Amino acid sequence: MSNDKNRHVIPGEVITTGSYRSEQNTFTEGDKIISTVIGLSDVRDGSVRVIPLTGGYVPKDDDLVIGKVVSHSAMSWQVNINSCYEGMLPASDIFGRDFSSHSDDLTSKLDNGDLIAARIVNADKTRDPLLTISGRELGKIDSGELMYISPSKVPRLIGKRGSMIQMIEGATNANVTIGQNGLLVIACDDSNGLIKAINAVELIEEQAHVANLTDKVNEMLESKSE
Amino acid sequence: MGGRDTDIVLLDENGIRSDGRKVNETRKVTIKAGVLKNANGSAYIEFGDNKILVGVYGPRDVHPKHMSDTSTGILRCRYHMAPFSVGERKNPAPSRREIEISKVIKEALQPAVMLKEFPRTAVDVYMEVLQADGGTRCAALTGASVALADAGIPMRDLVAGCAAGKAADTVILDVNNEEDQAGQADLPIGYMPNLEKITLLQLDGVLTPEEYKACLEIGIDGCKQVYEIQKKALQEKYFSTGDVKNG
Repeated sequence: MSNDKNRHVIPGEVITTGSYRSEQNTFTEGDKIISTVIGLSDVRDGSVRVIPLTGGYVPKDDDLVIGKVVSHSAMSWQVNINSCYEGMLPASDIFGRDFSSHSDDLTSKLDNGDLIAARIVNADKTRDPLLTISGRELGKIDSGELMYISPSKVPRLIGKRGSMIQMIEGATNANVTIGQNGLLVIACDDSNGLIKAINAVELIEEQAHVANLTDKVNEMLESKSE
Repeated sequence: MGGRDTDIVLLDENGIRSDGRKVNETRKVTIKAGVLKNANGSAYIEFGDNKILVGVYGPRDVHPKHMSDTSTGILRCRYHMAPFSVGERKNPAPSRREIEISKVIKEALQPAVMLKEFPRTAVDVYMEVLQADGGTRCAALTGASVALADAGIPMRDLVAGCAAGKAADTVILDVNNEEDQAGQADLPIGYMPNLEKITLLQLDGVLTPEEYKACLEIGIDGCKQVYEIQKKALQEKYFSTGDVKNG
């Protein structure tokens, strides 16, 4: 077994042996550290993890997600966040603590079919994940182009410390809101910039596992602007 | 099963079987991962003349609700044979045999999948046999584990399936339909190659302890060969272009 930093792995494949900490998408069997998903292994600082290339979205605390309101009860909205669990947005999050189910009408603020950017407050899986829309850049989304990419490719779209998405935003003057659940909204006043940004996202979606992706995207962004 | 007399020569004097294989040779296996757009994960497998399509959904909401488990996700499997998969039309309603195979495949996959991470959800595996030629349970199991991996369900290992058996008083690998009908024993095996664990073991027929040991040995060897093809199928879908990139 070579100890390369990044390797393509499939479930059951031994990533490395020895005293490493087993993190995301790995488990230990004896002194072997084994991958549980298809992805890229990442061995660093004594820990091993696998970045998955497939699979759905699993809600995590503090994740920014984009979701669609699907229904509401007297006390909360149900939000489809493209996961196996449905998000719950309590009414008091918008109406404040003096919310009363008698006097306040939930549909006056958010109706079925509305798109929201929300943050996950609590995702312990014993209950549906709790959402909030109080915060900067959160709340109802009124305009923009909605796109969908595989949730496993979101980290690639964002890039190292946001490098990829900053590059796209810089080249197109677009404002991109990325939900960790694979939904994203691109807002841009210039239609050419919008098309360019959409193409860039599609390129990343298609070639997420390819090397030098940043260069390829950069090349594409620059070629179109001539 | 009982070694009925037929006109077919299962093994000629040169040790070549009715379909031209050697005693320790599997049929040609091809697998393609991710063939269905609407399923979360899928695979198409050809195991000799067996043709099976597998679709995986989930993790998703459990219906009916009472089946859901608050401590873990649940695995549900359906093995089904299409009416045109065999010579005489097969009634599409689930038969005793299909219910049994669905159950054993579910139990063969259960040790591999890690559904503790998805409480209150279900993962559904649908296996559709389009053409059958003996050994479909192993082929369906093989395809199902590729489809599960394609769906991104965390797994301890892939499960590879291959049968061994006995025909014309000889231990053979990968029993086909003729050998199953006219042969003396059939031993389907499900195996996790990296963990070296058996997840499915059935026996139809009679074997002496020595023959059983020989069957198990070449059967596991067959599973390892099948595993290499599973691995290739997944690598082809996910890693076929370009090199690994850091970060």
